Amino acid sequence: MSGRVLVGVKRVIDYAVKIRVKPDNSGVVTDGVKHSMNPFCEIAVEEAVKMKEKKLIKEVVAVSCGPQQAQETIRTALAMGADRGIHVEVTGKDYDMLGPLQVSKIMAALAKKEDAQLIILGKQAIDGDCNQTGQMTAALLDWPQGTFASEVSLEGDTVKVVREIDGGLETIKINTPAVLTADLRLNTPRYATLPNIMKAKKKKIAKVKPADLGLDMTSRLEVLRVDEPPQRLAGVKVETVDDLVAKLKETGRL
Amino acid sequence: MPIVPRARTSHRCIRALKTAQGEHAAPPLYTTLNRRACSSVSTPRITTHYTIHSRDKDPRWEGIEMERFADEADVVIVGGGPAGLSAAIRLKQLANEHEKELRVCLVEKASQIGAHTLSGACLEPTALDELIPDWKERGAPLNTPVTEDVFSILTEKYRIPVPILPGLPMGNHGNYIVRLGNFVRWLGEQAEELGVELYPGYAAAEVLFHEDGSVKGIATNDVGIAKDGSPKDVFERGMELHAKVTMFGEGCHGHLAKQLYKQFNLRENCEPQTYAIGLKEVWAIDEKKWRPGRAEHSVGWPLNRLTYGGSFLYHLNEGEPLVALGFVVGLDYTNPYLSPFREFQRWKHHPFVAATLEGGSRIAYGARALNEGGSQSIPKLTFPGGLLIGCSPGFMNVPKIKGTHTAMKSGMLAAEAVFPKVTAEGLDSETAGLHAPEYAETLKKSWVWKELHAVRNIRPSFHNYFGLYGGMAYTGVFYWIFRGKEPWTLKHCGLDADQLKPAKECTPIEYPKPDGKLSFDLLSSVALSGTNHEGDQPAHLTLKSDSVPVQRNLAIYDGPEQRFCPAGVYEYVPLETGDGMRLQINAQNCVHCKTCDIKDPSQNINWVVPEGGGGPAYNGL
Repeated sequence: MSGRVLVGVKRVIDYAVKIRVKPDNSGVVTDGVKHSMNPFCEIAVEEAVKMKEKKLIKEVVAVSCGPQQAQETIRTALAMGADRGIHVEVTGKDYDMLGPLQVSKIMAALAKKEDAQLIILGKQAIDGDCNQTGQMTAALLDWPQGTFASEVSLEGDTVKVVREIDGGLETIKINTPAVLTADLRLNTPRYATLPNIMKAKKKKIAKVKPADLGLDMTSRLEVLRVDEPPQRLAGVKVETVDDLVAKLKETGRL
Repeated sequence: MPIVPRARTSHRCIRALKTAQGEHAAPPLYTTLNRRACSSVSTPRITTHYTIHSRDKDPRWEGIEMERFADEADVVIVGGGPAGLSAAIRLKQLANEHEKELRVCLVEKASQIGAHTLSGACLEPTALDELIPDWKERGAPLNTPVTEDVFSILTEKYRIPVPILPGLPMGNHGNYIVRLGNFVRWLGEQAEELGVELYPGYAAAEVLFHEDGSVKGIATNDVGIAKDGSPKDVFERGMELHAKVTMFGEGCHGHLAKQLYKQFNLRENCEPQTYAIGLKEVWAIDEKKWRPGRAEHSVGWPLNRLTYGGSFLYHLNEGEPLVALGFVVGLDYTNPYLSPFREFQRWKHHPFVAATLEGGSRIAYGARALNEGGSQSIPKLTFPGGLLIGCSPGFMNVPKIKGTHTAMKSGMLAAEAVFPKVTAEGLDSETAGLHAPEYAETLKKSWVWKELHAVRNIRPSFHNYFGLYGGMAYTGVFYWIFRGKEPWTLKHCGLDADQLKPAKECTPIEYPKPDGKLSFDLLSSVALSGTNHEGDQPAHLTLKSDSVPVQRNLAIYDGPEQRFCPAGVYEYVPLETGDGMRLQINAQNCVHCKTCDIKDPSQNINWVVPEGGGGPAYNGL
């Protein structure tokens, strides 16, 4: 086995920032807004780096799709311990409409090109909340998938994955090469410390375009309109239980 | 050599001593003091930060690797604001001109350059014209030249217009309304292009010293310490950046600058700095009300004539109909019941202001302290191994309410003074860290000093029976007519923290409830600042004594920190046991304004830097 792991990292608006819808309702304001690595992608990177530290795999390659700023996210992954990066340059309209289908095509193509043993992704991105990229990538490659992983153990040619599912925890064993998606409790990501950021500047980030991989980024979706959620109306306080019952009857709830 | 502490400031000095000695154990005096203070009253433990509770004797830290990775640069700059970035750019310009190699590293606590920047702002382009003459071609975001200047004295319902005669300091002809955060971000890009190493997301937490007492550089913050002060699995030591010269540009009331004042006795010949707090919002307004290029200022209502302060409202011209508006309150106010945040919110209801905002929506909020001391409060600027630039020593022109152009110029002059020394063949200095007193000399001969000297008496002139009106009269006579050439220099009143009167001598102020359309509550405003910190870390608002807040601040002054903090960090909540109150510190809300460190009447709060990357996420403020 090649011992190479691909990790996808996405640059998203920081989770603590208040989102604002653009005045023309075409999307959200991203210009100048604080961005950071998707929290689930951080967990994915941490897992890959841990595997390398345990000498179970040989190389961690961080991949990000987007405009020039995506390189910052790759640098953070490199500072956490990834060996090299691949920046797939997607800009303009293609970037606005970049979704799980396009990214999974890219990941599948790169996995074949780099002869990857594992692909580790975050379970979902905090902006799209799609939870589709990992699954689509596995399908395109016809690889097994271990999604919502809260525990991963690489054992020779197989991976034991404990998955967080609605009913509890499910343990499965799948063959490599495989796709894994990281859930919250998989690990606690390490900090990207300054000496590592400085060292990361020397690590390589290769730049490719989707066309170089023979891929078409056209989306089958069109965003018609983005709106803020409706304003939450103020509540009403009542004095007695009878008042409450009367109010509930009034609004037709009882 | 370190200074013998005065009783009141013993804790601060001992921390500075500890820094000077490096990793040696804290002197026994410190631990005894701390234990005595804690055991006298059963106060729940609030502060867990290692600057107050040393890790040397802490059993939880036994065996933890405390070695730090160190790297060398020629110049290290603390703070990525206008001053720091101008200094960095000027250094690299000189290096390219003279074909010399120069490694310039800049550390900034915000996650990205510009994210902690907040200002009005009407930028005077004088310093920028000198630094980057082709700024327009390079796309500097100076998009809104000032076209209209409006000055008013407000009463509760009406407005008295005041003509801005040419020559008065608040005239803005030739200036630009900017979103300073965007301007700083652009400066950052210029710096990177020139080869400056920018490291946003890494805070300078400690000053490092050579054996001879000169500054060796800084160390960035440790990460991975839990809320109770113990190390987590992900604990990592910060990194040391050594430099021939370290420039400190932390902005108003920097925490490292505070240590340096004590360490090198930099404030012995100047007055204490006085401050104000500035709160700001950005609104998207109705297009019909939008007048791009209009700069409005007001004084008067809702503040009384004895409380210094006023408002600004600038119409930006960047595509969307946006206005930047805000309120400034001098921190020498005497009534502990005053809440600068609520004064700001109620000012927006004045008919003159509400007319502009009606139908609009608020898109940003933030707050920051600013300097008001002027030339009387500028400390000694240089010391072996380092120097101070920008709003940290404080070059703000108070009546103009502009400090960006002087901050930039101070950074440029610092770079010019330091460059020949740093690139010299041999070490041109008596101490291991370079001393560059030429910086202070050239600053005193520059237009910065002329400007600050001319306006030095305007702010102190407000300390008279007529308050605001006396000050305006003074300005009219002595500045407008005599251009500040009067031979005397008025003094300030002393520390802002000492100005509060006990609560029983003052009347609580009845503030109107926020209406959710023009005025808002504190917590939704804080949410809009995008501020956040890693939750599991020691509170960076450290208390020298955990019992002082309830025993003194609450007992005498009714807990003014619950009112002056623009982010709701401080709350007095009832004890779980029933009787009595305790101070709750919501450190995650902090927007790094520094007001608490300035205004705490007991001077018990010491703001230190949290893990880098935390704090507000301002976008173009």
